[in-house]
Amino acid sequence: MANSEEITLKPLAAVDGQPAFDEAWQAEVLAIADTLVQNGMFSAGAWSDALGAALEKAAADDAVDNQETYNRCALHALETLVAEHSDIDQRAMQGKREDWEQAYMSTPHGQPVNLKSD
Amino acid sequence: MPDFDAKKVAEIHEHLHSHLPSESALRVKALETLLVDKGLVNPQTIDAWIEAYTEEIGPKRGARVVAKAWSDPDYRQRLLDDAPAAIDELGYLGKATAHLKVVENTDAVHNLVVCTLCSCYPFSILGIAPAWYKAAAYRSRAVRDPRGVLAEFGVDIDADVEVRVWDSTAELRYLVMPQRPAGTDDMSEEELAALVTRNSMIGTDRDLGLE
Repeated sequence: MANSEEITLKPLAAVDGQPAFDEAWQAEVLAIADTLVQNGMFSAGAWSDALGAALEKAAADDAVDNQETYNRCALHALETLVAEHSDIDQRAMQGKREDWEQAYMSTPHGQPVNLKSD
Repeated sequence: MPDFDAKKVAEIHEHLHSHLPSESALRVKALETLLVDKGLVNPQTIDAWIEAYTEEIGPKRGARVVAKAWSDPDYRQRLLDDAPAAIDELGYLGKATAHLKVVENTDAVHNLVVCTLCSCYPFSILGIAPAWYKAAAYRSRAVRDPRGVLAEFGVDIDADVEVRVWDSTAELRYLVMPQRPAGTDDMSEEELAALVTRNSMIGTDRDLGLE
């Protein structure tokens, strides 16, 4: 917890005016989560609980208090809820993630990256 | 043994294939692909959501609601009594504002909104929550030391002003109605809306200026 006092005292106003998202995937996580709430896959309360649990764990693990941590928690919460409320499990997510990595690795620089069709 | 320049090899490799996204970005791509393949989300919906919330909505909608309440006492009362219905009058009702309460600042009361659990926020009318709203430092300190948090934002609250902290949930979110600045009697709603800051509608700003 050596770091927590320093983090707690970090001026909040210093991050006022920062962009809402550092990278596109961060916006995509919130967009997908809100869309799935609107579509009824899970409730707004379930999303709040899952995100809150992920943030609480990050704080307990002394994760740095910044947007990167927040958005990683949001992604974790989204993956957890999708696994709970659909037939998309963690294994499928990992498999598709590897497919995307392979697609990037095998696509020449400057070309559009597409997944090979199954 | 031939010379082996690892840095040079890495540079060549980098050039040969596309830049690999971060681990998180790859996981989001994987998730979105699976959801789209199963017909659970529409990629156009995701793109439209991002465009709307990052470019179009912002806090302008909330500012218009506040400006109308300042200009129209009957609307102000409707907003305080039933915020979702009053906001719907302006065509802004989204699911995220379906359960919304408006709390009004006065000379004697200052309101501050937080979500101690995660980051519940009326994004349908305020856009995406600012970085500090999502920070653990804000979520933990807003309740424990609201005056200290306000001081960080340059807002000093007199000791005789009560500070009320509202903890948002997925079921009930809050919007602060700041006080109308003096000297604005002749201003139109549009001009008034331009004075309303996002932070004033969360409560980390209080005295709005005429700039």
